[in-house]
Amino acid sequence: MTASPEHFVDFQNVWLAYNESLLADNHFAVEDINLQVKQGEFIAIVGPSGCGKSTFMKLTTGLKKPSRGAIYVDGQPVNGPLKISGMAFQSPSLLPWRTTLDNVLLPLEIVEPYRANFKAKKAEYEARAIDLLQTVGLGGYERKFPWELSGGMQQRASICRALIHEPKMLLLDEPFGALDAFTREELWCTLRDLHAMQKFNVILVTHDLRESVFLADTVYVMSKSPGRFVVKRDIDLPRPRDLEVTYTPEFTHIVHELRGHIGAMRRDGANIGQ
Amino acid sequence: MNQKQLETWAPWGLLVATLLIWQAACSLFNVSEFVFPSPLRIWEQMVEYRDVIAGHAWRTFWVTMVGFGIAIVVGVLLGFVIGSSRLAYAAVYPLMTGFNALPKAAFVPILVVWFGIGVGPAILTAFLISFFPIMVNIATGLATLEPELEDVLRVLGAKRWDVLVKVGLPRSMPYFYGSLKVAITLAFVGTTVSEMTAANEGIGYLLISAGSAMQMGLAFAGLVVVGAMAMIMYELFSLIEKHTTGWAHRGSQNH
Repeated sequence: MTASPEHFVDFQNVWLAYNESLLADNHFAVEDINLQVKQGEFIAIVGPSGCGKSTFMKLTTGLKKPSRGAIYVDGQPVNGPLKISGMAFQSPSLLPWRTTLDNVLLPLEIVEPYRANFKAKKAEYEARAIDLLQTVGLGGYERKFPWELSGGMQQRASICRALIHEPKMLLLDEPFGALDAFTREELWCTLRDLHAMQKFNVILVTHDLRESVFLADTVYVMSKSPGRFVVKRDIDLPRPRDLEVTYTPEFTHIVHELRGHIGAMRRDGANIGQ
Repeated sequence: MNQKQLETWAPWGLLVATLLIWQAACSLFNVSEFVFPSPLRIWEQMVEYRDVIAGHAWRTFWVTMVGFGIAIVVGVLLGFVIGSSRLAYAAVYPLMTGFNALPKAAFVPILVVWFGIGVGPAILTAFLISFFPIMVNIATGLATLEPELEDVLRVLGAKRWDVLVKVGLPRSMPYFYGSLKVAITLAFVGTTVSEMTAANEGIGYLLISAGSAMQMGLAFAGLVVVGAMAMIMYELFSLIEKHTTGWAHRGSQNH
């Protein structure tokens, strides 16, 4: 098997069992994942809780290796953690002993080529981080510590940290799950604008169907045990999308359709046709 | 007087009250100073023998600090190894727990055979008794690292060393300073115990010689001095802790 050149992310028949004994029992966390993502595409993965969404994320970042099949990102086989990706989780996981600015700068202390000249170019990088914080509405909070910020502000900072090293791929694992509805919609727009501006790939894992339809180009529905992709839905709503779009019949129709798939799975277990 | 001031003065108030009751009890029941000296008597002795006490106290102080210094170095290194490797944790921890369960005073005669009477046994006893809490705390701080914090760095391709230096060590600093406060008081215990049998100098030696000469006031003065030294060092480390790892104590600072 080889990488297909036109796809940025390419999963070819990927299976994963968490350890040897589960593999021997044929007990897989995710099964037969096939996924092709174009350059710059924003995809969302939705599904009931415990369906292996986070496992899928670990595979994409290279934190876990597939038991069977192959994964290619940007034409390269994934054998270990990728330096071209940035990641944000449901909890902001900012380091409490660092200021917001220093938290955002953290990836530059790790990833080459920034790491080599971090000390020399610190002022330049700081300016860049402050710019980025400003675009997400955190101007003036650079020197505050994470615990002095609200949950929504921490999550913004966490997204800045995922983007500071200009990754080609942004991985978001239910990043807005713990926020209130208003803050969540605000951050949707922030993410939409960042994506429009910088054209990186996004893989968003979420259980919020409205969120997935509003933000993504393609939504994949995952089933629970075994974790499989059962539905692929292209979202052809025109961009740029305004929050108003979420109140249109087209939008509601798509959300409803996805809801139907998930509802069916919850009723019948995993036995639904593709 | 508001709540905060009250809290600041409360320990001093309690100290004065204790001394007054102690003094009153000694005077009232006419307790012999060979049995239980009054605070006034202890104070008199302290002033009378101030040069002698100061000499012994200085010896105990520097011996303790040397032992404590070694304990920090060894404790941090061992804790680092145990906390960052599961294999090392599994291998070393049970042995260390067994070792820590041994009474350290029992080592003194052995140390005397190896190093003779003097500073050697005292430094080593202080070290042996105080490195364990430091090691355990550093190891715990490293071993209980939240997987999310680790993943943040690992997705960037960070090496184990990066994760340890950027996340593991800063995160274990509150544990480290917490352990120093425990360890420094233990180190004074170690030195004093060792000096009681294996030295011709130091507060431990002073206690034994004053006791055998029935100078109870002087013996108590020695106790007071060693207690005061341990307390001052404890407060010093708590101050350093507050200033360096304030982020870990934000709950108590009304943020």
